[in-house]
Amino acid sequence: MSYLSKVLAIVWKDVVAELRTKEMFSSMLVFALLVIVIFNFSFDLRVENIAQVAPGVLWVTFAFASTLELNRSLALEMENDCLDGLLLAPMDRSVIYFGKMLGNLVFICAIEALILPIFSVIFDLNLIRPPLLLTIFLGTVGFAGVGTLLSAIAVNTRAREVMLPVLLFPIILPVVIAATKATGGILDGLPLGDIAHWLRFLVAFDIIFLVVSYMTFDFVVQG
Amino acid sequence: MSKSFRIEDLLNWLSGLSIIVALYLVFVYAPTEATMGHVQRIFYFHVSSAWVGFLAFFVTLVAGVAYLRGGNRAWDILALSSVEIGITFTAMAVITGSIWAKATWNAWWPWQQEPRLVLVTILLLLYLSYLVLRAFVEGEERTARFAAVYGIVAFVSVPFTFMSVRWWQRLHPVIFEREGMHLAPAMLATFLFSLLAFTILYFTLLLHRRRLGKLADQVDGLKERLRTGEGG
Repeated sequence: MSYLSKVLAIVWKDVVAELRTKEMFSSMLVFALLVIVIFNFSFDLRVENIAQVAPGVLWVTFAFASTLELNRSLALEMENDCLDGLLLAPMDRSVIYFGKMLGNLVFICAIEALILPIFSVIFDLNLIRPPLLLTIFLGTVGFAGVGTLLSAIAVNTRAREVMLPVLLFPIILPVVIAATKATGGILDGLPLGDIAHWLRFLVAFDIIFLVVSYMTFDFVVQG
Repeated sequence: MSKSFRIEDLLNWLSGLSIIVALYLVFVYAPTEATMGHVQRIFYFHVSSAWVGFLAFFVTLVAGVAYLRGGNRAWDILALSSVEIGITFTAMAVITGSIWAKATWNAWWPWQQEPRLVLVTILLLLYLSYLVLRAFVEGEERTARFAAVYGIVAFVSVPFTFMSVRWWQRLHPVIFEREGMHLAPAMLATFLFSLLAFTILYFTLLLHRRRLGKLADQVDGLKERLRTGEGG
């Protein structure tokens, strides 16, 4: 099997498992909806222009939903020693990293695709725009790239699910800042040139952290 | 063992002396600033603390990489020592930064005007996450491995955080700012000496903490031998 087909095999495994049980999807969706509604009410009481806080609320929702997904994805591997099975397979360890990372990316993007229309309705904004979709995709790659590595660490600790946000959030702060500023700029109608530096920033972050995670993943799963 | 003791003794004296000299320079020698008055003197120790915070983080990165490459426990002890000392200096930087902000902007936490305060706080959070991680992992070797990986990831994130926080309030991105050092010569000398004094202090504390770490390891080894000796 070629490298790519091995990676896709892992992605396929995760997708099929999820399609059969739908447990991750449903819990993430419900959680995201609850977060949006809570934000809607907590800001509504003080802020006149709800559209001002929309980018922030959107990205906080994405960050929380991503954390849920990342936790669940690795936790599934720990049940029934599936991760050990993957480690025993005759392939480079990085295949596991890229396979899980792509799987996480697919799932988080799927949830975001569901959240956007709901969000558009609640905040009365058009969020289905190409520049915005690009921003969301780049931000999600950032979450999934380093999140896959950190969830592999977190799942091996005593605190399990609680550890991932502690580890992940300080690291992805630049992504949240960049994505929120870019989103705000797009919603404000700024020309693409004005927010291009944020998008380039996201691309740089994504590339560097994909490389760093790829290089260190082996050390995390080896024992 | 006597050789390394001499280095630590030397550093003890050196850091003690340099801190006393730095205190003199900061409070007596340096001229009072025109607009801010005496409060400005906090700047010397604030920047020095922040510098040590970043230096300590860098040392942790190097130690982490060295540990992953060789598996030598000594590097892990060094990394942990550096984090513990770095966290102290970073906390000092945050507190003095807040006092400085209150004096300059009349607000304890001016998000908009002082992004560097945010950056140093994020550094503190990264340090804390590192320590929380170490506390929750079972097994010495595993702890060292995970901590090393997290140290690398965390350090790589710092430039990104720095840039994004800096660009946050501006319309156009700035890579290198021409922040000229508008300091009188006496102030500049005081500032540079404070940096030096704090750096020496950092290395002194680091070596002491590392020595403690090695001793703790020896104690654990002895306990283990006692336990297996009794059982076997």
